[in-house]
Amino acid sequence: MVSETLAPQSTPGPVSAPAPESIKLSVRNLTIAYEGKTVLENVSLDVRENEIFGIIGPAGAGKTSFLKCLNRMDIFTPEMEVSGEIILDGVDVLKMRNVYELRRRIGVVFPLPVGLPLTIYDNVALAPRLAGIKKKPQLDEIVEKCLHRAALYDEVKDRLNSLGSLLSGGQQQRLTIARALSQEPDLLCLDEFSIAVDPVTTMRIEDVLKELQSETTIILVTNLVQQARRLAARTAFFHDGSCIEVNDTEELFTGTVHDKQTRDYVEGRFG
Amino acid sequence: MAVTAESLSFQDDTFASSDTNLRKQKVQKLFQTLFGLMTLLLILPVAVILGTLVYKGGAAISFEFLFTNPTDGMTAGGIFPALFGTIWLVAVALMFSVPLGIAAAIYLSEYAPNNWLTRLINLCIINLAGVPSIVHALHGFGAFVIFAGMGTSILAASLTLAIMTMPVVIVATKESLQAVPQSFREATWNLGATRWQTIVKVVIPNAVTGILTGIILEVSRSAGETAPIMFTGAVFFLPYLPEGLFDQTMALSLHLFVVATQVPGMPEETPYGVALVLIGLVLMMNSISIAFRMYLRGKKKW
Repeated sequence: MVSETLAPQSTPGPVSAPAPESIKLSVRNLTIAYEGKTVLENVSLDVRENEIFGIIGPAGAGKTSFLKCLNRMDIFTPEMEVSGEIILDGVDVLKMRNVYELRRRIGVVFPLPVGLPLTIYDNVALAPRLAGIKKKPQLDEIVEKCLHRAALYDEVKDRLNSLGSLLSGGQQQRLTIARALSQEPDLLCLDEFSIAVDPVTTMRIEDVLKELQSETTIILVTNLVQQARRLAARTAFFHDGSCIEVNDTEELFTGTVHDKQTRDYVEGRFG
Repeated sequence: MAVTAESLSFQDDTFASSDTNLRKQKVQKLFQTLFGLMTLLLILPVAVILGTLVYKGGAAISFEFLFTNPTDGMTAGGIFPALFGTIWLVAVALMFSVPLGIAAAIYLSEYAPNNWLTRLINLCIINLAGVPSIVHALHGFGAFVIFAGMGTSILAASLTLAIMTMPVVIVATKESLQAVPQSFREATWNLGATRWQTIVKVVIPNAVTGILTGIILEVSRSAGETAPIMFTGAVFFLPYLPEGLFDQTMALSLHLFVVATQVPGMPEETPYGVALVLIGLVLMMNSISIAFRMYLRGKKKW
């Protein structure tokens, strides 16, 4: 009897809505336009606590614009109009006034690594310092921990005071991830992080992300569908300004076809 | 595997230069040489000026020439009041134009929305840079000496110089701020930084060399200008040093004009000597800033 209740329930077909308490981010009817031209229309999706949520889709699908809204970077682009609701931990970020605190809680990694022309140490210590942490031992601890977690520490431990912008592309991308982690983000967004990174480094970063999953929620925008398949528990398919399908990743690849476009895209028949 | 004569000749044909190729290469060589020579010509005026001054004025330079007052109707003695006065004028001008100019440049580069007011301000700065120095002189005389009641004084002359050189500082600073990649700003904003934190921690440290260039240009220009100060604060001859901002002063540029054209019986080497001191002063300040820039550039790279 006991073994029966513990056995996993087989749920055929689309997964039923997750229980509300496990939802980290809830997007409702999000519409983004640039000077009246809509680039993303009526997107609604939920991201669960401690999951890797993939977003795939061809270029121009609105994936990057979507990420920009999450931490309100749209403010810096005056012609960008955003409507709808983005609920993070029960608060609508589009109505939030303290966007600086919001951005501290959301780490972002861009397609091309941005090693700021500071030392490796200062790159990682920048966010804690901005937040007002001044004590050297505390900063040392954060820097070391974040570099470890981004799988970079062993390569740079002897030259923390050399310039971060002189590292190789793959190392800079891991430095960028270490910097994003130094904020201790609740939500980590990665925007096609592997574009400028070699395959070996990509696999190392992917391993890092799998480990990070226990501490933070990750949104992974990628143009490599296999990367989404390797990492993401659930994946959304964006195409031409709308969210076509959100589903368990394996369901998108192998399950019942819910949307022909999605299946064609993940199998490489268009894009 | 064997390389046959046939395949060799085929390769030769492929990489042989056609007439078009040869002409293209000749034209490219021609322009490279031509423009290179033109660039070399730029050295000539600098060499001639410095050479003449050192040759003809070098004999005039002595400790006494630099650090004593002029005597005998300026035909003998030194130029200390003029040297001292120029340093005063430049320093006070910098005190006004550098903070104001840098603040304006930061606002225009980092904060200003792209609207009609910003465009109007930019237009004003360009026009301010184009105003002839003699017009700046008359404006300074009207606005500071008479209207503001400062009289002919170091303060009035320095303010005139500051207004005249401010566009140089603004444009140089703005351009060096805008040369900092936008991705640096975005990365810092994403960490939760305010615009101000981003400016202080990331943008300015990477723009410092360009800002210094603007200041160097300003120093050179304010030290050399004659027209704006001769109406507003500089005088022909003053047997004592200025004691405060509201005193008149001698200045090297005006002194050079005076000794070269206005005083009969002037020893021939004196004007050359004054010019050499003026250029030497500017070059010295420039080389200090250049050394500082090289030091900073060695530290920052991207």
